[in-house]
This record gives sequence, structure tokens and C-alpha cells, in this order.
Amino acid sequence: MSPRDEIERLLAAEARAGLDEAASEAASRFAERAAAEGAAEVAYAILDTPVGATSIAATPRGLISVGLPNRSLDDFLTELATRISPRIVEAPGKLDEARRELDEYFHGAREAFDLPLDWRLVPGGFYRKVLRATSHLPYGATLSYGDIAERAGNRRAHRAAGTALGANPIPIVVPCHRIVRSAGSPGNYGGGPELKRWLLTLEGALPAEGNGEDAPVSG
Amino acid sequence: MSAVSAREPFQSFLDEHRSAVLAFLRAMVGPDDADDCFQETFMAALRKYDSLDGANPRAWVMTIARNKAIDHHRARARRPLPKAELPEAVAPAPPERNPELWEAVAELPEKQRAAVTLRFAADLRFREVAVAMETTEEAARRNVHEGLRKLRGHFPSEEVRS
Repeated sequence: MSPRDEIERLLAAEARAGLDEAASEAASRFAERAAAEGAAEVAYAILDTPVGATSIAATPRGLISVGLPNRSLDDFLTELATRISPRIVEAPGKLDEARRELDEYFHGAREAFDLPLDWRLVPGGFYRKVLRATSHLPYGATLSYGDIAERAGNRRAHRAAGTALGANPIPIVVPCHRIVRSAGSPGNYGGGPELKRWLLTLEGALPAEGNGEDAPVSG
Repeated sequence: MSAVSAREPFQSFLDEHRSAVLAFLRAMVGPDDADDCFQETFMAALRKYDSLDGANPRAWVMTIARNKAIDHHRARARRPLPKAELPEAVAPAPPERNPELWEAVAELPEKQRAAVTLRFAADLRFREVAVAMETTEEAARRNVHEGLRKLRGHFPSEEVRS
């Protein structure tokens, strides 16, 4: 090897010694600081839950999005980057309270959330009325699509209510899983019908076993 | 308040460039101060993320990093007081496998040091080195060439091999 190549190789090797780990730690510190100072407009974290990895994101206004395990992180972040701001960092520290409350919920140790919410991903008007009404439903209670449409001001708009619930950006915390087609036939869910059953079972709204046949999945 | 663009999330940008930026800054300001400059570099990048549009992201962030390194040296020259410790943890121990090499790099004139480091430690192409240093590709090549020539003077091939 010529000395010419050698000095170049040495520069590269020296520069990389212990580099990736140090850069990863420096980047984590940066992300937490950027979120704490508000320079980053969105902070996110990935939460391990009994049903899989769940992404959560918050802005200074509050929790803005929950990505259930069937949703890719890419898709979750792209929506936030496009609709809120590309200034997004992974800063679990900024989401300590939300992570704690969700963890307790998934382990049956919490029935209500005490988190400020950022509603900006929900269109105004009827959609927002539906999700706000849904956010007040108590643990373990269920309503039909017609019932929630009525609470939002228009009983006949049960299909629009279904669409609003299907586009709920903050599932679990805004408990759209509590809106069901009928007892024993919960219906569709953004996170998948199995997850809806799992959540209703956790809350005692469905019996733990032998709850009838699976309903055909539809909107 | 929606300066909406379809740009990728900042976290992806950070993940993609963090190692190269730290490698560059270690060589420019030394491992002890590299972390502070790293924090300042990405904070500045985050604040003006909108202006990245259309630019080469690697060269763009290196322009900021180089300016932070230059600011750092100026601040040091002006105020040789011991710097107050930041509350954050300090960067892990630097690579000490070949301190002579880093001493030799540190002795290079700033432009040569930046050019050599951008080219070989941060792995930029000459075209990107030129953009990062806000100069021509020819000048970037010349600075890399001159820097390397001086480093080779410090390191005859036998020593380098050891």
C-alpha cells in the first residue's frame, strides 16, 4: 500500500473510532434539548406495549398522535411532517407522562387519561364533535355509531361518525374502540378488529373468552 | 401556522448526518469541544431547516458545522477562560489510538484542516467539500492536496504502518 493511500485510510479509521456510538448519544441529547426548548415542534417516542410497538407524538399543546402497532413509523412521521411541521425529533423524555399513563392503561392499572390533547390533526366541524364526544366516554362503556352521532348533534350521520372515528389520530386516549356495531360484534378499527376486541376485553366490555363469532369486518 | 412542506422529519436528517458531523468536528476542534459544537450545529440546522430546500443536505450541514468550529476557535482566542461546563454529559473518550495524527491535523491551516477532514473523516466528495466550504471545487481539491502533503511529511510510510 502506498503511503498516499495509507494516510487517507488512517484518517478515515481514526475518525470513525468510537464514532457511531458517540454520535448516537450526542444526537439523543440534542433531540431532548430541542424538544424541551420548543425548537422542535413535534417530539415522538416509541412505546413497547403488550400489543406491540406504539408510536406517540406530542407538540407543546399536547398529545397529537398515537400510531398503533399496525402503522409504520414512516407513515406516522410523514403525516406529522406534512401536516404539522418537519421539525420532529425522537425525545422520549418530553413524553414521560404520556408514556407512563399509556403503560398503566395497557396493564390494566389506569382507566382515564389526564393528558392535554392537540386536536390539529382532526378536521373541524362534525368530525371534531364526534371525537370530542368520544373522548368523554368512560372506561368499559360502549356506544353505537348512531349514539355517538347523536351526541355529536346528528343521529342520522352515523356513517360520517364512523368515518371520523376511523380517522381518529389519537386512538386509545380518544377511545374510539368504545364505539361498536353491536354487543359481541365490535366492528372495524384503525388498529385492526383484533386489537379492538383486545381493548374491550381489557376494559371488561367484552367477556374474556367465548364472545361469539367474529363479526365480518366492514366500515 | 403551517409552513407545510413535504420535507422529511428532522430526526431522519439528524440520524443520517450525525456521525459525519461529529467526525468532522472532532478533527476541527478536538474531541472535548466537539460535542458542544455538535449541539450548536444541529440546533442551527433545526432553526433554519426550511432553507435546506434544494441544497445537498450533507454539504449544507457541514457548512454550518464548519462555521460553528470557526466561531469556537474565535471565542477561544478572545476569551481564554475555562469554559463553564454544560449540564449535559460530556462526549465519551476520544479516539486516542494515534494522537500524533490529530496533532498534525490540528496544526494544518484551517482551510486545509477543514478540507482534509471533510474529505476523509466525513467522507464528502470534492464537490460537496467545495459547497460546505463555500468555495470552488478546484480550491477544495487544492486544500485537500496541500493538507495531505503536509500530513505525509509528518508520517513517513513506515511510521504510519505501525
